[in-house]
Amino acid sequence: MSSIEPMTLGQIAQEHDEVETPKREVVFAVEDLAVAYASNVAIREVSLEVYKNAVTAFIGPSGCGKSTFIRCFNRMNDLVPSAKVTGNVLYHGKDLYADEVDPVEVRRRIGMVFQKPNPFPKSIYDNIAFGPRVLGLKDNLSDRVESALQRAALWDEVKDRLKESALGLSGGQQQRLCIARCLAVEPDVILMDEPASALDPISTTRIEDLMHELKREYTIVIVTHNMQQAARVADMTAFFSVDVAPDGGKRTGILVEYDRTSKIFTTPADKRTEDYVTGRFG
Amino acid sequence: MRMSRALKGGLFKGVLFLSLLVGFLTLVVLLVDVFNDGLPFLDRTLLTSPPSGDPDIAGARPAILATIYIGALLLAFVVPIGVATAIYLEEYANKTRWYNRLLEINIQNLAAVPSIVYGILGLAFLVRGIGLGRVLLAGAMILTLLVLPTVIIAAREAIRAVPDSIRQGGYALGATQWQVVSRQVLPAAIPGIATGSILALSRGIGETAPLILIGAVTYISFDPTILGPFTALPIQIYSFLRLPQAEFKLLAAASIIVLLAILLTLNAFAIFIRNRYRRSW
Repeated sequence: MSSIEPMTLGQIAQEHDEVETPKREVVFAVEDLAVAYASNVAIREVSLEVYKNAVTAFIGPSGCGKSTFIRCFNRMNDLVPSAKVTGNVLYHGKDLYADEVDPVEVRRRIGMVFQKPNPFPKSIYDNIAFGPRVLGLKDNLSDRVESALQRAALWDEVKDRLKESALGLSGGQQQRLCIARCLAVEPDVILMDEPASALDPISTTRIEDLMHELKREYTIVIVTHNMQQAARVADMTAFFSVDVAPDGGKRTGILVEYDRTSKIFTTPADKRTEDYVTGRFG
Repeated sequence: MRMSRALKGGLFKGVLFLSLLVGFLTLVVLLVDVFNDGLPFLDRTLLTSPPSGDPDIAGARPAILATIYIGALLLAFVVPIGVATAIYLEEYANKTRWYNRLLEINIQNLAAVPSIVYGILGLAFLVRGIGLGRVLLAGAMILTLLVLPTVIIAAREAIRAVPDSIRQGGYALGATQWQVVSRQVLPAAIPGIATGSILALSRGIGETAPLILIGAVTYISFDPTILGPFTALPIQIYSFLRLPQAEFKLLAAASIIVLLAILLTLNAFAIFIRNRYRRSW
């Protein structure tokens, strides 16, 4: 009936798919990872590689452990006393969970943007300056702040009110502020845990455009509920699902399929992926 | 149907308003009565003279000074200890450990211990035990212990009210736990901590029983020192009231006005701090 056929997710994904996937440098190599909260295994048997200067998306239904998984990359799970991570996360070949690795140093290299914008109750300037300040990067602080806001496409909107509270910004602006805050410490990787799920469509588009920009300089990992979003921004997509124990009891997240986004949304190898991306499940 | 619902709503509002009036009117009546009696005696003599058997030249200067000293010492002791305890319990303590749970229960129970018991404790351990004697410092210390649980509980609530997303945001930028606590959690909790500390201070300054027990004397004609004998405004008020001449009742009312003025000044200062930190957000 409609005159314009909506694009399929596969078409969206193919639009930005590079014909030849270049041989990319591996940033993270995850080997047989599992995370448990006390006796409750949230996710298990995950192995995948995250590539440099690419956007990698984790999709899947609620409870599939994708948020738990992304928090392994910057050791945020360490903050939950009952969480136990087993397996390896190699970052440029080095095990992030080795004894001599300081989680504080990990988080300085691997930034994170959260689901709900969480600006500090301080001025816009102080929000961006917080990271450099705690890391002792105090020279040219104003330049750092400006550069971070520029790269997060927020500078023009806030340059005249840097001293005002960040809480006065709109939700979309707050989220870009959080991205800028993360960029100010010059990370290598940016993790985004459903960064646009609390935002309106226009703000979402801006965040997505930003991801396309940022992947030139950074490696981006994103968790998203929104398959359209994965299709639009991600180069690689991992589909997670929930494995229910045979007795119907314990639910554990598992990695079903990981491939180029265009492949996941056009010709997935696994029936469960196909059911999910075509909307038959989840 | 709609009428009866509106009626119910109106009735409920009326009940709420009446409840408010009980407290408010009591306070107003009290204030009017005290000011009526006390204002004529609220003069330089009251503020600058020591007590005397002659109501015309009697004042409450030593007691006023002592109350100010005690208040200042109390704050200087209770805020650092209380806030540090609250930070430990909220940010560092592993709540699955039995000793941390024991600490928590203990603190909650301490808040319910009658003040006279603290007085006995002070007499036994401070005045006699470590031989401090019946001095102002001992009074301030015992009042510190008395209001410490209140400050801890208020500070914990203020710290707990800081959303976890703020902490996570700090950690995600490579901040250490101490940096997150000192630069994000504490500044955000200061309004609540200030309010709690002021309430605690007000309670401490108004206390009489533990001070009497550790030997705050009722008749002191010289200015108090930290390591000397002392009295305090509530005790002075009580001793004025016990004297037979009617004028001393009015002098007591005037002293009550002074006590109120000190408390209100302190409260105003706390509100000022609170607003200042709010504005800088």
